[in-house]
Amino acid sequence: MSEARSEQRGLRVRGLRVSTSAGVPVVDGVDLSVPGGTVLGLVGESGSGKTTVGTALLGGTRRGLEIVGGSVLLEGTDLVTLSETELRGWRGSRVTYVPQDPTTALDPAMRVGNQVREVLDCHDYGSGPHDRARRVSEAFEEVGLPTDDAFTRRYPHQLSGGQQQRVCIAVAFATWPALVVLDEPTTGLDVTTQALVLDTVRRLTRQHGCAALYISHDLAVVSAISDEVAVLYAGSVVEQAATDELVRRPRHPYTSRLVAAVPDLSGDRELKGIPGGAPSPSTRPSGCRFAPRCELVVPECTTELPELRLVADGHHARCIRSADVTPAHVRERRRIDEIDSAPLLSIHGLTARYGRTPVLHGLSLDVPRGTCVALLGESGSGKTTLARTIAGLHTDAEGELHFGGNRLPFGAHQRDRETRASIAYIFQNPYSSLNPRRTVGDSIGRPLRVLRGVRGAELERRVGDMLERVYLSAAYAQRYPDQLSGGERQRVAVARALISEPTLLVCDEITSALDVSVQANLVGLIEKFRQDLGLTLLFVTHDIALVRNVAQQVAVLQEGAIVEDASTEQLFHHPSHDYTKELLKTTPRLVS
Amino acid sequence: MSLGRLVGRRLLVGALILFIVSVLVFTASLFLPGDAARAVLGRTASPDRLAALRSQMHLDDPPLQRYLSWAGDLVTGDLGDSVVSQTPVVELIAQRSVNSLLLMALAALIATPVALLLGTWSALRRDQLADHLTSLATLVLASLPEFVVGIGLLFVFSTGLLRWFPAVVDQTQGVLVQPEVLVLPVATLVLAVSPYITRMMRATMLEVLDSDFVHQARLNGVPERQVLWRHALPNSIGPVAQVVALQLAWLAGGIVLVEFLFDYPGIGEGVVDAVTNRDIPTLQALVMLVAAFYVVVNLLADVVGVLTNPRLRTAGS
Amino acid sequence: MSVAEPGPIGNAIERVSGGQAPGLLRRSLAVGRTRAGLMITVLVVAVAVVGPFVAPASETGFVGAPYTPDAAGTVFGTDYLGRDVWSRFLYGGVSVLALSGLCTVIGVGVGLLVALLAGYSRTWVDELLMRTTDVLLAFPAIVLALLFLAVFEPQPATVVATVAAGHAPRVARVMRAAVLDVAGRDYVRAAESMGLRRWPIRLGDLLPNVTGPLMVETGLRLTYSVALVAGLGFLGLSGLEADQADWGLMINENRLGFTVQPWAVLLPVIAIGLLTVGTNLVADGIARAAAGTDREVGG
Repeated sequence: MSEARSEQRGLRVRGLRVSTSAGVPVVDGVDLSVPGGTVLGLVGESGSGKTTVGTALLGGTRRGLEIVGGSVLLEGTDLVTLSETELRGWRGSRVTYVPQDPTTALDPAMRVGNQVREVLDCHDYGSGPHDRARRVSEAFEEVGLPTDDAFTRRYPHQLSGGQQQRVCIAVAFATWPALVVLDEPTTGLDVTTQALVLDTVRRLTRQHGCAALYISHDLAVVSAISDEVAVLYAGSVVEQAATDELVRRPRHPYTSRLVAAVPDLSGDRELKGIPGGAPSPSTRPSGCRFAPRCELVVPECTTELPELRLVADGHHARCIRSADVTPAHVRERRRIDEIDSAPLLSIHGLTARYGRTPVLHGLSLDVPRGTCVALLGESGSGKTTLARTIAGLHTDAEGELHFGGNRLPFGAHQRDRETRASIAYIFQNPYSSLNPRRTVGDSIGRPLRVLRGVRGAELERRVGDMLERVYLSAAYAQRYPDQLSGGERQRVAVARALISEPTLLVCDEITSALDVSVQANLVGLIEKFRQDLGLTLLFVTHDIALVRNVAQQVAVLQEGAIVEDASTEQLFHHPSHDYTKELLKTTPRLVS
Repeated sequence: MSLGRLVGRRLLVGALILFIVSVLVFTASLFLPGDAARAVLGRTASPDRLAALRSQMHLDDPPLQRYLSWAGDLVTGDLGDSVVSQTPVVELIAQRSVNSLLLMALAALIATPVALLLGTWSALRRDQLADHLTSLATLVLASLPEFVVGIGLLFVFSTGLLRWFPAVVDQTQGVLVQPEVLVLPVATLVLAVSPYITRMMRATMLEVLDSDFVHQARLNGVPERQVLWRHALPNSIGPVAQVVALQLAWLAGGIVLVEFLFDYPGIGEGVVDAVTNRDIPTLQALVMLVAAFYVVVNLLADVVGVLTNPRLRTAGS
Repeated sequence: MSVAEPGPIGNAIERVSGGQAPGLLRRSLAVGRTRAGLMITVLVVAVAVVGPFVAPASETGFVGAPYTPDAAGTVFGTDYLGRDVWSRFLYGGVSVLALSGLCTVIGVGVGLLVALLAGYSRTWVDELLMRTTDVLLAFPAIVLALLFLAVFEPQPATVVATVAAGHAPRVARVMRAAVLDVAGRDYVRAAESMGLRRWPIRLGDLLPNVTGPLMVETGLRLTYSVALVAGLGFLGLSGLEADQADWGLMINENRLGFTVQPWAVLLPVIAIGLLTVGTNLVADGIARAAAGTDREVGG
């Protein structure tokens, strides 16, 4: 591709605005430019409007939203001005979209080959049926899928998640588009598959010379694939720069704090969250949207929304104090290197199954007192089953559990009260772990009532106390879960887990439903309790970067067996098992 | 082949259900106050005649033996004699079955396509006036008991405002020689079952039209007509087929009140007569027939469900 | 498309669909058709309850020749025996309402109990209960009712028992699905990890979270109860005293004179129709409010 042609194939977005039909702006003030042959990463936390931006680039919106202003220039045409019929000719042909979840985005009743073929047919691709049939094979080949009939005649459910996503990518690149929009295309995939998909996308973008917009909440993934990154906050782009520059030298306070909150594989450091939460579209402040959460805020910030302006070569930021933004100060984490205390929990030869399907195979693990042990595994590795077995929620198991030196029965109600109070569990999904019909105070106080027999004013006092310790006010006791944000709910879950003064806290993927800035806050909170109360933590996660930043010891779980069990230092510097090495190699790093 | 296995397993379950139903039906008749013999002869019958009839009807045999002989007869098609008319139940039921099947088949053939079209049409006009009106009309119709609808139709088209169709069937003649008598009963049944199918079709269609793959097809520039025909419809047929089958199975109960209302000589009216006359052998046979119909229709629904769902269709391969 | 993200708008939707039972009722009343349904229902119930006190003639007295639409001193004429149609209509609602109400309470109660038992057992109890309802579901409700009525003497108690027996398995199905859904939530696991036994969890965690579907199901069952109870009356099988006024029975008694004296049939038919439409509108309104969208339930 020649330089000029690449430029012509690029995308330019100016002042894009999308509102609800009630007139509430969801996206306002998005400026982006993506030269042909490059990938622009669009990073934003939930509610930032990133998916809305993605579909708006195809001239579309979800029901209830409409594009109210701005321009989307592609190949000399402003897509915003096109009629629905004209747009149809562009969609799937010049502009294509790779969805977040391939399992629902592919038609379950249509063979995958036909799904690629359909797009070619709709846009009269090539010179005829023969040409199109050849292009279908080519498209499958380009994404590294088999091209034989046996494969192309399969239905989506007969493919793995990674293969399904590659079919979606094949559809997107089949018509040689000028712009490909990828909306969190690797969210549901494990890191190895994610690396493959990222490779494919990067290669095809170069090969086709097209512009690609890669939308994600994950700064590490975005930095691994993108030439440039744009950061979206509360509906507008606050910063855009070359990837390396943006990560190393952020010029907007939000970016700076975001980088500090992202767990990074490259270094062991203390994660730092951002106080408060992102405003919803209807409650966005006038002036700079980040001002209420910003440490650099000055009175002028709250009066007028700053322009996105050039602050350095190829570096744009929407902040009047961008010169004062420093890379977030990230402290090296205090290490606890020698772990020689007696194990609080000891698992020996544990086998667990669901019906006839074995999930854990004779697994053994020691959890030393006062440490944080991470249990690392992909979905399906059996990590949640292990966590639940320890909590007494999964009883279809054999083997031995010892807790504080005593044999631990499998079922929760076979354990004595003291033991039940000593082992606490925090669930993955804060939206389902709190009973919506109980007040927050009722939920938090329940373990005390059930396990310690505390009642009345004493109960109320201790619930209020606990709420304060997780940085919520005692007034939250009267609220219902649906009045809380995800981060607040998870803090309530922490309060419920800790109120019975446990010694072992099992955390099952407790941050996977949260934004990174909220995750960092929660991880910090848990770490504080570990240090203050001498808690022992079993931290279940799929995120190896997070492990590096929270745990002293790591057990790597693969297909129901522990393949490596080592101190965090040891594991990250001298991994011994191939699976661990593979994980370390394929996980995207923030700073390469 | 998985479809064969599924049908086989479903047939087995169906047979099991029929067996349990037969036990229930038979056991129920044991609870009859007095017994069948007294039911036939009335309260004033002499002890001698009662005893004679009892032994003729094998009422003195142990229940298990009586069940086995009854069930054996049932399987071989010998449904016993009606205690009222003393004629074989098979003869009583045969013509009625044909009449009822005719009624149900006509209702199903008219209601299904009309309801599917109406549901789809309503979904495509989501939140527009036509959709709201359809939604309200089907909700009201779905609430109304079938005899209320039937009496309404009678009043409008037969006895009150217009006199287009006869109110009742001339039972001395076959139904087919007086096809005009079918109009109102069929219309009543159609009005009774279509609202459910329409509403289900609309709901399923809306769900599919809102699904990611339809959204994706639109983002791929697939024309709206093709989105509907190649993506939305094939994916809504499976779930709707189940509801259609359930509604057709419901017809087996729906005909009871409708046939009674129009004096239509079918299974439903037969059931009411049998209950009124305490004609237990006839009632037993009719209930078994209805249950068998239910089982078969549900089996068909499952087969359609599998055929329209590639996930299930390809499960064996 | 921030609607699809778990952002603030998502939270707003969450807030609508969760919440308290009283909140659900309040939201239901915001739906126009709930209010319309409630008004219709209250109207019919008022007629049935107040009717006997304001009826111009007695329930059983003769006021003229049979089947006379314009008999002197009557509003809607006389019935097949020469009794006052209007008065019999005013007397005839209580039995339908009382019987249907009882059927609904018993049917929904038994169904809910089965659902709570089965939906939170994960053992043979669940299998057994659900296979039993499979068998009961192999009958159309009316045929099941007729089978019962043939075996036991037709009387009000039998009618209630048979109609309730028809409801229970269907309610059990629907509510079991709701209970199963809730039983999979993590807050139930949190309760389990405290060592709580099954019944405290059923009553403290499961039941409060299935009140939405329960209210919808109760409304639906009330509609079907009215239809079935009146339908059995229409077949002459409701087991009431022969001269008692009852809307279902009135249709049966007077249907042969429909051509000459339509009022004796039309009045009860209209009342029954209004009642079923009213209760179903309320059920649908609650369902819409519970779903938080305009998506409808199949029935």
